Amino acid sequence: MMRTLKSFGAFWYDFVIGDDWQVAALVVLALAGTALLVHVAGVNAWWLLPLVAFAALAWSLYRATAGKS
Amino acid sequence: MTAALPLVLTVFVACAVEAIEALTIVLAAGLTREWRSTFQGMAAALLVLAAIVAVLGSTITLLPLTALRLVVGALLAIFGLQWLRKAILRAAGYKALHDEASAYLREVAAAKAAPVSARRGVNDWYAFTLSFKGVLLEGLEVVFIVITFGANQHNLGAAVVGAALAVVVVAVTGFVIRAPLAKVPENALKFAVGIMLTSFGTFWGAEGAGVRWPGGDAALLVLVPVVAAVSLGYAAWLRRSHRLSGAAGGSQPQTAWSETGGVTG
Repeated sequence: MMRTLKSFGAFWYDFVIGDDWQVAALVVLALAGTALLVHVAGVNAWWLLPLVAFAALAWSLYRATAGKS
Repeated sequence: MTAALPLVLTVFVACAVEAIEALTIVLAAGLTREWRSTFQGMAAALLVLAAIVAVLGSTITLLPLTALRLVVGALLAIFGLQWLRKAILRAAGYKALHDEASAYLREVAAAKAAPVSARRGVNDWYAFTLSFKGVLLEGLEVVFIVITFGANQHNLGAAVVGAALAVVVVAVTGFVIRAPLAKVPENALKFAVGIMLTSFGTFWGAEGAGVRWPGGDAALLVLVPVVAAVSLGYAAWLRRSHRLSGAAGGSQPQTAWSETGGVTG
């Protein structure tokens, strides 16, 4: 039973989060930051999520390739 | 219908990639084991997937649009960035290209070694489960894309049409040539899908968080090329550093880019 639950959880983790959980965490943080800027500070922060997405991708690629060249 | 064309095309390309991978597994099961059990497994998986689309599709459209865009946008952006990450690493030679021909040979070897056993009205249980799991797992990604894109655009029907067309085109091609579609530039397709998922995910996610995009929906016409340009730039940068370090070390780096004609090839 535990093994089934574990493999079920592992499947969904792999399906949604994938190889790098930090990318997912950064996207979620960027969305939270965007919502705060829009609703609390009144800033139309449309630029934040794309910038964080590009940075997250670069960071993830850097870590995946560091030392492999 | 013209307005729905970008949606249909995006879903079509995304689903074609998944359908090609499912086809490889189905062919391995059908050609080495037994077609009847393979088709039964495929049909069972398609029924499960159709039920998921029917249940989730009608449920998700009941959510308020803002919440829907926030959640779906976040998921799509995460999903898209993972696809892009893999496609860039493959294009730069850091990760082996997904090779349908070798994946097919692995499945065939495993299928030949497995014993035949009949169960629950199925002649060959191995062929049934292999086909069922392959179609279900690859199909889940199709379902995810269909539901998220369809619900956000309030046009689940168009998304389903795009997915169905992709499955039919890939299935017919595969069964005509009776071989895995090894010559399809799969990494280039995955790269394109990653760009679309990341762009739409970023757009909807930010809208869900309360942003008003400059130019409204037209911002997507800028966002997609920008995401593409940045991703291609990362791929070129990584490929160059890989080649330079390979030359410095005296060894020839793997040139996945040239094998595919680059990500656009």
